[in-house]
Amino acid sequence: MADISIRKVRKSYGKDEVVHGVDLDIRNGEFVVILGPSGCGKSTLLRMIAGLEDISGGEIAIADQVVNALEPRERGCAMVFQNYALYPHMTVAENIGYALRVAGMPKAERRKKVEEVAASVGLMEFLERRPGQLSGGQRQRVAMARAIIREPKVFLFDEPLSNLDAKLRVQMRHEIRRIHNRIGATSVFVTHDQHEGMTLADRIVIMNKGTIEQVGTPSEIYHNPASTYVAGFVGSPAMNFLPAQISASRQGVTLGGGQTIAVDAPAVAGRDGKLVQIGLRPEEIAIAAPGAPGLVTRFEFAEELGAARLYHLTYEDLTLSVLSTEYRHYTPGEDVILQIPASAVHLFDADTGRKLAHTAKGKAAEVTLA
Amino acid sequence: MIERTPILNVATHLILITGLALLLLPVWIAYVAATHDLQTVNSAPVEIWPGDQLWINVQAAWTQADFGPKFVNTFIVSVGVVVGKITIAAITAFGIVFFNHRLRMAIFWLIFITLMLPLEVRIVPTYAVAANALMPFQTILDWTGMTWLIERASGVRVDLQWNMLNSYTGLILPLIATATGTFLYRQFFLTIPDELVEAAKMDGAGPLRFLWQVLIPLSRTNIAALATIMFVYSWNQYLWPLLIITDRANYGLVVVELGNLVPDAMTTGGGVPNWHIAMAATLMVMIPPILVVIFMQRWFVRGLINTDK
Repeated sequence: MADISIRKVRKSYGKDEVVHGVDLDIRNGEFVVILGPSGCGKSTLLRMIAGLEDISGGEIAIADQVVNALEPRERGCAMVFQNYALYPHMTVAENIGYALRVAGMPKAERRKKVEEVAASVGLMEFLERRPGQLSGGQRQRVAMARAIIREPKVFLFDEPLSNLDAKLRVQMRHEIRRIHNRIGATSVFVTHDQHEGMTLADRIVIMNKGTIEQVGTPSEIYHNPASTYVAGFVGSPAMNFLPAQISASRQGVTLGGGQTIAVDAPAVAGRDGKLVQIGLRPEEIAIAAPGAPGLVTRFEFAEELGAARLYHLTYEDLTLSVLSTEYRHYTPGEDVILQIPASAVHLFDADTGRKLAHTAKGKAAEVTLA
Repeated sequence: MIERTPILNVATHLILITGLALLLLPVWIAYVAATHDLQTVNSAPVEIWPGDQLWINVQAAWTQADFGPKFVNTFIVSVGVVVGKITIAAITAFGIVFFNHRLRMAIFWLIFITLMLPLEVRIVPTYAVAANALMPFQTILDWTGMTWLIERASGVRVDLQWNMLNSYTGLILPLIATATGTFLYRQFFLTIPDELVEAAKMDGAGPLRFLWQVLIPLSRTNIAALATIMFVYSWNQYLWPLLIITDRANYGLVVVELGNLVPDAMTTGGGVPNWHIAMAATLMVMIPPILVVIFMQRWFVRGLINTDK
């Protein structure tokens, strides 16, 4: 059981810096998911915690002990790898018990522990098999069991589910969460799959190009993305982005075609004329009956998703998608009226991509309104 | 591209059978010669069917060449060479593949280049080293004046000697470095996923434990392949033992003794060449490598063609 504290950690290979000074505190027993596209430095960060990569700058402390100079085995971390990394020549039991064998635990005691752990992940009947004779899901369980048996302070997962098929992935996801709840060790889970991030995490860390974009609970990340990058990365189907300009007189933002969308007052106050990107989640936009007031767009085609329908629309020369349970029939080129609640509009700075914070003036305005 | 037509099948089989016949013909001739007596072997035309003298010839060859102790010697040397080669090659490849040091590519290429320098090419320096393996150190001491200094200080004249001539060590040590083996191991080690190495690190296994408990068990088929090739190689050594063993009675190897049995003007003293004895001896000398190959074949082929994971 341990906190992990990451302070100004950098990693460079030769002259290329891939992690640029990351600060992160992970609380004891927390399940943190590091989410980002490939090449964003998330695996490197994890491997630095594990001790598999040297730390080029800054420090990492586990349970208040700086571990920069410690060997992986001295850090009390266990890791589950993407390709399981089981020893092909050992049986399942030997694989699970290898760390204990290295530590010099007597055979009988080891056997007992192996059976205990194997039973907890449902591997009892496979103990004498070799990894080659197991399915992907079973191998994943062996990898988990191998990590659990060491009773580590910290669990590290490096995209452990990406080699499984979709159904198994969901199943293993639940299993991982169950194990975490039972054992309560601090867990750091790296993935590029936003669903895994959203469903598993207590807190998500979004990384981009070697820096942290945002840290927050899944719901904070979803409802209050700190930048266009986060907003575009999390949520499926992806968020729509439209360039616009703030117009104080109309209490909203004006789009390229001259139409206006109303926005919450605090965000626009004192920013008249500012160029912004607005972000709209496809599931927060409603489709209105023809002739109703709202944003007029053009129908392109629709995808049937079963529970809902994904409408692909164009506005000026921008594309836009809307997820709706409203079943209307349109022909390509026909007008579709969209109703966008002011609370659904996310405003981002057009230059920096950062979310526009409510201004001091805006907050004052809010107070007056209340 | 694999095409299957009756004509092609016949043609390919014909080629294969011809090749096989060509390969087996000398063996057959040796076998036939080993089964006749002196007169028949030396009469024209050459006999092509076996006779009934095999057992007699084998016994004669065995006593003439004193094969009993020679087989034991050869066996000791071959096993020594095989074990040495397997061990050295594994450790070298381990060092080259799994440790990130600056010189590793240079070292690998240096080793690789020695593939082009078989023992025959460097036989003179190798002999010099075998005659006194400590000579290089002695030379350094002489040149730097250390010998003189030590003699002055203690009155003892430093004279380093390690003579390996006429010993098993001399037969084995110069042969155990193997670029082929190192290369074979290296290629296999390169197929080991990094994750496996890292998993072992996380489990707390140090480098030697990883080598011993993970890499070596995984290299079983490689080891078998290498052992087979190298056993045949060292069993068939001729030049090196011929050169460094003058005490044939104690350290003679079968292949060298066999060379002695082959009749020439010197051994027969102008008498009738006793090919039947030489061939009977040849058959005996051939048997151990053949047995090794047959026994190891299953492993051997797997080791050379895939990594069996």
